[in-house]
Amino acid sequence: MAEEKKLFKVTIDNITIEVEPGTTILNAARMIGGDVAPPAMCYYSKLKGSGGKCRTCLVEVAQGSAADPRPMPKLVASCRTTVMDGMVVKNITSERVLDARAGVVEFLLINHPLDCPICDQAGECHLQDLSYEHGKAGTRYEFKRRTFEKHDLGPYIQLHMTRCILCYRCVFVADQLTEKRVHGVLDRGDHAQIATYIEKALDNDFIGNVIDVCPVGALTDRTFRFKNRVWFLKPVDAHRDCPKCAGKVTLWYRGDEVFRVTARKDYWGEVHDWICNECRFEKKKTSDWVIEGPTNVSRHSVISANHYVKKEQPKELLPEIIGRNPKLLMDIHDVSEVNKPTIHLSALPGPAHSDDFNNNGVSSK
Amino acid sequence: MQPLTNRAKPVDRRPMTLVERIYLWNIFKGMMITLKHLFKRKATISYPEQKRPFSPVFRGLHILNRDEEGRERCTACGLCALACPAEAITMEAAERKKGEEHLYREEKYAARYEINMLRCIFCGLCEEACPKDAIYLSETFAPANYQRKGFIYGKKDLLIPHPKEDPEAYKKALGNRYKQSQNAN
Repeated sequence: MAEEKKLFKVTIDNITIEVEPGTTILNAARMIGGDVAPPAMCYYSKLKGSGGKCRTCLVEVAQGSAADPRPMPKLVASCRTTVMDGMVVKNITSERVLDARAGVVEFLLINHPLDCPICDQAGECHLQDLSYEHGKAGTRYEFKRRTFEKHDLGPYIQLHMTRCILCYRCVFVADQLTEKRVHGVLDRGDHAQIATYIEKALDNDFIGNVIDVCPVGALTDRTFRFKNRVWFLKPVDAHRDCPKCAGKVTLWYRGDEVFRVTARKDYWGEVHDWICNECRFEKKKTSDWVIEGPTNVSRHSVISANHYVKKEQPKELLPEIIGRNPKLLMDIHDVSEVNKPTIHLSALPGPAHSDDFNNNGVSSK
Repeated sequence: MQPLTNRAKPVDRRPMTLVERIYLWNIFKGMMITLKHLFKRKATISYPEQKRPFSPVFRGLHILNRDEEGRERCTACGLCALACPAEAITMEAAERKKGEEHLYREEKYAARYEINMLRCIFCGLCEEACPKDAIYLSETFAPANYQRKGFIYGKKDLLIPHPKEDPEAYKKALGNRYKQSQNAN
């Protein structure tokens, strides 16, 4: 290109950045990074057409552009509004935005059950983070919530429609990653629900990605259901030669058991590469993978709790002094019923039930 | 050197006088203190027969709570284990099946729940972390044991007695908290 592209100058929360025309405010803010970037529940940069549904990314435009400096009368959804030259945007510096966002969170939580202690998404749930950031951990809603039956979408994915916030991300995944979409949103209003037509299993190779894009715990991994909490697992980057996908994943370890496999996620919680169902659900052995090293987890995430990275262990002096290893007074596995080394919870196809524990053999390998 | 506190006293190094050298006077002074204490109230109690009341904030042996209908409250969310600074708590979760609704309050429950009392420091952070009011530190001590393996407490050691099947034991296990809740009503 001979002619130089004109860059738009946009100021977000008093930080000025030059971006290409056509960039949305949200993406411009993400280029700055940090707290300036508005949260997004429905927008997903890798999915075309996503965004504009959840209203959590609302920002105030204090000055429309250099040519027309009037402010926009209402708050705008930053994921759908493109920048103009000389635009001044207020995100966290605006009272109005914070107030509106707190309201949006409260609306999202009207029908969302507050069952984080049960939900498998807890700890990596964007709605949970959002509601805690806005001080809306509780609810003022007193009426009956919309509830649905739990639904198995095929053998691997469980749909818990009660938790859904209708962000449409999974619909876009099914639309854009797979050739034919068999699930979509049915009905409208309060009855709107993600559903497959006539219980049709989603048997496409890439449908497992709906688990990763779901911002809440509506679509969860059935092979991981209730097995463990994410913050007790250790994320490790790994890859394998996969004919279908890039094969770059995060393995979630507990001891030397792989409890689940997910795609690698970036700073905004979006996946780097889509992974196929085979990588996600069927390769749960360390021998299937080439380990690259522990995943970098943000220090503020609960997942980093009790994960000691770059630790320096002091040298054990006792064996040197007494000339032998100290005697083990009790092996915890002799007494403890939990985490038996002979029992592999991760090998169960679905969640564990009472009979799995009563029969004293949780699929021992 | 500058003293750290103003309580330092110089050592008296003068030679002892005759009265001091005899020691009798000092022995008498000491005996007076002993005699005085004979007539004071005793600081000790004869323990197994008499027991001191626990402070309301006492943190003793853990108890896994049930609700009014006797269903287990714990949903195995793992927050107690996460909060535990001694990493004493471990658990394994299971899904409630149809027909088990009278046993477990939520759709997920702790199939196995263990506290390693050798590790536990009775800080009470598990109680504070619990979102379901499921774990409490009760007003009893963890009893002594001859072997280490006796300190791994499973669910059957920790669960509170059933409020309907065994109301007496349930009330006893609730302790003062039960009385407080009765007074509040």
